[in-house]
Amino acid sequence: MSPTALYVAQRGTAAILLPLVLGHVALILYAVGDGLSAGEILARTRGSTFWGLYYGLFVVAAAVHAAIGVRSVLGDWTRLSRTALDRVALGFGLLLLLLGSRALVGIL
Amino acid sequence: MPTSNDATPTELDVRIWRGGEDGAYAHYRVPFRESQTVLDVVTFVQRHLDSTLSYRFACRVGMCGSCAMTVNGAPRWTCRTHVSKVAEDGVITIGPLRNLPVIKDLACDMTEFFEKWQRAKGRFSPTRSRREPFERISPETPKRKAVDAGIECINCGVCYSACEVVSLRRDYLGPAALNRAWTLVNDTRDAEHDARIAAVSGDAGCHNCHSHQSCVDHCPKQLSPTASIAGLKRASVGAAWRRLTGR
Ligand code: SF4
Ligand code: SF4
Ligand code: FES
Repeated sequence: MSPTALYVAQRGTAAILLPLVLGHVALILYAVGDGLSAGEILARTRGSTFWGLYYGLFVVAAAVHAAIGVRSVLGDWTRLSRTALDRVALGFGLLLLLLGSRALVGIL
Repeated sequence: MPTSNDATPTELDVRIWRGGEDGAYAHYRVPFRESQTVLDVVTFVQRHLDSTLSYRFACRVGMCGSCAMTVNGAPRWTCRTHVSKVAEDGVITIGPLRNLPVIKDLACDMTEFFEKWQRAKGRFSPTRSRREPFERISPETPKRKAVDAGIECINCGVCYSACEVVSLRRDYLGPAALNRAWTLVNDTRDAEHDARIAAVSGDAGCHNCHSHQSCVDHCPKQLSPTASIAGLKRASVGAAWRRLTGR
């Protein structure tokens, strides 16, 4: 991907993540404050299209955002070639996607 | 010493880099004078203590951009930097600019700095010939205001020396070249807009900037290369969008 495309993807996912993270934190505070048990939480998320889409989008945006960030850091601090950077970033993004999907399956 | 609680300052303890990349600091004692600049100190050493000292200057009034050095750790234009502002307990350490190869003593090789201006297409490319009338540009237009905000650059290399990304990525075009490119992107008389955007948005270009504004902090002309680079980032997105949609 060109640096400009990476920039757009990075900023775009940041814009998506910002409200999602705030919502997520608010949700945790609510759940903990209300003393909901794991079972009660799962009862609300299981089979819910809304929470499926919410956290599905969260996982994809986080995977893209973090992978590009890691690519930039490695670009600054190592002498890796552009192709190597792309591969590491892709691998890291896919790993996050996999881990995130597993968590998603757990609550759906 | 030029400290506030010393009424009769007499001498400065000056440390100056001598030699090339593997050189070392040498000590000199230089008489303290009122309204003395760091360049005055260097010139005193060269004229009275060691004539083999190499350094650069030309205008001595902050116009030519040739006198930049690292003074007590920070890049500065030495002809406009007063000793009383920077000396710490009468000690001044003067070295060559960071991020550029040292030729000898305080003189750096500026080749890569200026080559990057060229790589960023930092030169005007006219749309009209000399036989056509001048284009009239109102100073009130947003584009001309954007040009004004960045045009006073004196090519001193201070920002380049202050930029951490330049240290990390040797090919990064750097704040000065990108700031210059931004003034040309906003120059309505210029013919090379698309080529310039392409030149500044590649692997070595504007998207590498961390926006941490070290360049802004140190620029002696109070310019904001960071803002110019942010403008280039936006412009590169606009250009990519136009390419995609064929407009
Ligand atoms: S804001 Fe950008 S150009 Fe300026 S010093 Fe930081 S990284 Fe370099
Ligand atoms: S932007 Fe400022 S610091 Fe950088 S070269 Fe121009 S005048 Fe010097
Ligand atoms: S000597 Fe010209 S800017 Fe300092």
